[in-house]
Amino acid sequence: MIRLIPILLLKGKGLVKTTAFRNSVYVGDPINAVRIFNEKEVDELVLCDIEASIQHREPNYNWIKDIVSECFMPVGYGGGVRNIDQIRKIFDLGVEKVILNTASFDFNLVSQAASIYGNQSIVGCIDAKKSIFGSYNVYTKSGTVKHRIKPEELAKQLVSAGVGEIIIQSIDKEGSMMGFDLALTMAVSHAVNVPVVASGGAGSFTHFSEVLNKGKASSVAAGSFFVFKGKHKAVLINYPSSTEIANLKILK
Amino acid sequence: MHKVGIIDYGAGNIGSIQNMIHRLGGESYIVQDKQSLLDADKLILPGVGNFDHGMQMLMEKNFVEPLRTFIYSKQRPLLGICLGAQLLTKKSEEGQVAGLGFFDAEVLHFSKLENPENIRIPHMGWNFIRYEQENQLLAQLPEQPRFYFVHSYFLQTKVTSEILCTANYKTPFAAGLKKDYVWAVQFHPEKSHKYGMRLFENFLNL
Repeated sequence: MIRLIPILLLKGKGLVKTTAFRNSVYVGDPINAVRIFNEKEVDELVLCDIEASIQHREPNYNWIKDIVSECFMPVGYGGGVRNIDQIRKIFDLGVEKVILNTASFDFNLVSQAASIYGNQSIVGCIDAKKSIFGSYNVYTKSGTVKHRIKPEELAKQLVSAGVGEIIIQSIDKEGSMMGFDLALTMAVSHAVNVPVVASGGAGSFTHFSEVLNKGKASSVAAGSFFVFKGKHKAVLINYPSSTEIANLKILK
Repeated sequence: MHKVGIIDYGAGNIGSIQNMIHRLGGESYIVQDKQSLLDADKLILPGVGNFDHGMQMLMEKNFVEPLRTFIYSKQRPLLGICLGAQLLTKKSEEGQVAGLGFFDAEVLHFSKLENPENIRIPHMGWNFIRYEQENQLLAQLPEQPRFYFVHSYFLQTKVTSEILCTANYKTPFAAGLKKDYVWAVQFHPEKSHKYGMRLFENFLNL
């Protein structure tokens, strides 16, 4: 039941890839990417508009609609979602899950959305960064606003408010392709009983295997791993077979 | 070409079903009132979310009686998906409101299983289905068909002859039911790549 989830970062009209939430590099056209992921029977996709919250703007509904109409797999959308009306519009476009990050401290919104659309449709995405003292802080607004709460504490609160899934993303590891933050993932995974998706740092199959086995993640998400190939990071969309994914949990 | 009506009662993911039917070259329209429901050659009852909320929305939109007419008198094909499948049963542990009761089945929460501490709820992801009977809806599927599931409650029936297929999440459960002209699937064929496409194509060809 492991899911391997490509995260597609949307910026302007393009698909980009960042490193530690910075230095976005253009990697192509999202619709083209989605078509390739269809061919490869990808488990699920996450679309994330990384500018909406910092620009204080609405999700770009027409743009989401164009992308989603090509998606014959489950899709989650995150970016700039702040109220129930926006959530309704996004579900109407054919999106299965709405992902809340900046709005994840609005527990009323989480509860309201979960009671209408079901827990499974509302995902809490927690961006966390390690401080120089080794503890973790939660960040929102594309990593620009710091909150003094532990990621696992926020995860618990989100689950009791109604989210059916948590994405735990390490800002430090994001785009590094050097491996997941296992301690961070494990802390969140132990705190809740909903599926926990680890994100940030995937560069190899071993990394996936590590975070599933040692980090106790239920599923894994990645960006660079699915769009870059080789040490020079040539853009090449790739995705493993379902057998390779099923075998991840028993790899050592 | 058959007219496939997709019931819009404010609790379903209609966009993705339309997308898939469109991709297959079929025609669909959104059912928003009683008459357009009864005019359909085939119906799809989608749905995500809470059981009581779903039933209440069906009642509010005055869809309950026309749905019964469609199923019992018109005897045309109907496909219930996810919550839409659950609403076709008698009742759910998720709420107090009675379901449409077409299937002599009920809906239970995964936490009621033995050893619930070992199970993450919802059951979310791809899972294989096992055929329990031969049926047109599942004809010519690729080998080892897998479908996308996302649900916290599952279908349970004692009427084994109505079980179309099963899946396993710590325990086997009914992934699909079938009786007369009505099919109910717990998974999301509209989000299940070529497997779902084949299922919809079969539904369009019924």
